[in-house]
Amino acid sequence: MTKVVYVEYDGSEHVIDVKPGYSVMEGAVKNNVPGIDGDCGGACACATCHVYVDEAWVQRAGVPTSMEEAMLEFAENVEPNSRLACQIKVTDTLDGLIVRLPESQH
Amino acid sequence: MLCKLSPTGAAGPSGKLLEQSEKSVSAPRNPVVVVGAGHAGGTVAALLRQYGLTEPITIVGEETIAPYQRPPLSKAWLKGEVDADDLMLKASDFYRENEIALKLGVRAVRIDRDAKRVHLNDGEEIAYDTLILATGSRARQLAIPGVALDGVQALRSIADAEQLKSKLGKGKRLAVVGGGYIGLEAAASARALGAEAVVVELQDRVLARVACEALSTFLQNYHRARGVIFELNASVAAFEGEAGRVTGVRLADGRLIDADIVLVGVGAIPNDDLARNAGIPCRDGVIVDGDARTSDPSIFAIGDVTQRPLAVYDRMHRLESVANVLEQAKQAACAIAGRPTPPHEVTWNWSDQYDLKLQMAGVAFDTDEILIRGDPAAAGFAVFHLRGGRVQAVEAINAPPEFMMGRQLIAAQRPIARERLSNPAVSMKDVGA
Repeated sequence: MTKVVYVEYDGSEHVIDVKPGYSVMEGAVKNNVPGIDGDCGGACACATCHVYVDEAWVQRAGVPTSMEEAMLEFAENVEPNSRLACQIKVTDTLDGLIVRLPESQH
Repeated sequence: MLCKLSPTGAAGPSGKLLEQSEKSVSAPRNPVVVVGAGHAGGTVAALLRQYGLTEPITIVGEETIAPYQRPPLSKAWLKGEVDADDLMLKASDFYRENEIALKLGVRAVRIDRDAKRVHLNDGEEIAYDTLILATGSRARQLAIPGVALDGVQALRSIADAEQLKSKLGKGKRLAVVGGGYIGLEAAASARALGAEAVVVELQDRVLARVACEALSTFLQNYHRARGVIFELNASVAAFEGEAGRVTGVRLADGRLIDADIVLVGVGAIPNDDLARNAGIPCRDGVIVDGDARTSDPSIFAIGDVTQRPLAVYDRMHRLESVANVLEQAKQAACAIAGRPTPPHEVTWNWSDQYDLKLQMAGVAFDTDEILIRGDPAAAGFAVFHLRGGRVQAVEAINAPPEFMMGRQLIAAQRPIARERLSNPAVSMKDVGA
């Protein structure tokens, strides 16, 4: 299992053991972490799993695809470290990953 | 953990729930019962806990499996890209940890609204203070000879999907009856698995009910280029078989399409009988308000089973989509937990076929104009449906910006500059500005 720390907009932390191979979105939704909706189940079709990757983890989290970038462009309050959590696959190298959640997913 | 109540209603739920209720002896216990353990039922229960509700929650479901996601059944799951575990809505210990009782493999047969009890087909009764109907929809059946043959099936459940998958593979022949999204997705997945696929459609084009002609034509061409055969304007007379197993689809014009498996995808019917028989108004679905509440203030309904208001269009409609499920689950959970009503959303849906990502938003009610942006030949374009110069719906093919901004334009309902919208050189950000 890989630890992922989800920090809600209000600062509440959720430390979740996520099965390697799952996405960061699945780790949140399957464990009822508030603030990540993941409407489309990970098809990169909805942009309701927007997260801010902690600066220390940005590189290890990888590079967004053009599809992800195009979706993110229209999300709200996008920052350089914005990602769609469904497009970040959890692996051993991401043990301890910290992501922060936006105020809402619309 | 199962939540069992005796027929007299005197006994409480077992395990942790009981300990909790004993701790707060004077607090009234207001059980929430969810009928339907699909995407809707699982989501609303999880949201109620997320919103801090401490009352007992029981989910009753006909399938013997915890709530799971159905959309991948015709897409990634069918192609073997995700497994059953990936489909599950929540982690395996989620329901126990959150004290949500799953009562699976049983069917609710009657609601006694006066006594506030749900009767199950195993003879049990469950008392509710708040009832949430999340009974979904079922596949429409064809009334023609041969429907009972082995190998003639719908695609709603994981059991259906497993049956379908076991029959697909190199050299196998899939016949799809009905050119809707599920049928097209299954055909695409079948091709990916090396099977042959024939789609039989009554209308002169696929997706005739839900998409415009430009999109239908594009998709037909795309599927044809990948080996799918279409029989349009074709009516099915019967399914034929040998030794109880399907061998082909007989068309009304007499031709026979050989098939090892037949998928019938000709629409869905809402499972609203439970509500209707309880005297709750239904009209192609259980009629609900913007809080997902039925005419009975103690009873909510969410998902495919509802006839619901669409704020943007100021009319009632029945939707079949995950986005609809999640929106109504939020509405109901907010109402029950005493939170403010969540903001209206523009309905949307998606489909994956081959390397195409289709994203659809809004509903094209009474539209008077269609604008195409981009080049269908290049497999990256969007179709905008307008009424009075305002965007009502968008269908985007490999075109996320058009989809994302399209949703915003639908929500805004203000007149759009046509020449800018139809010119791909103008970015969607600028179109929306």
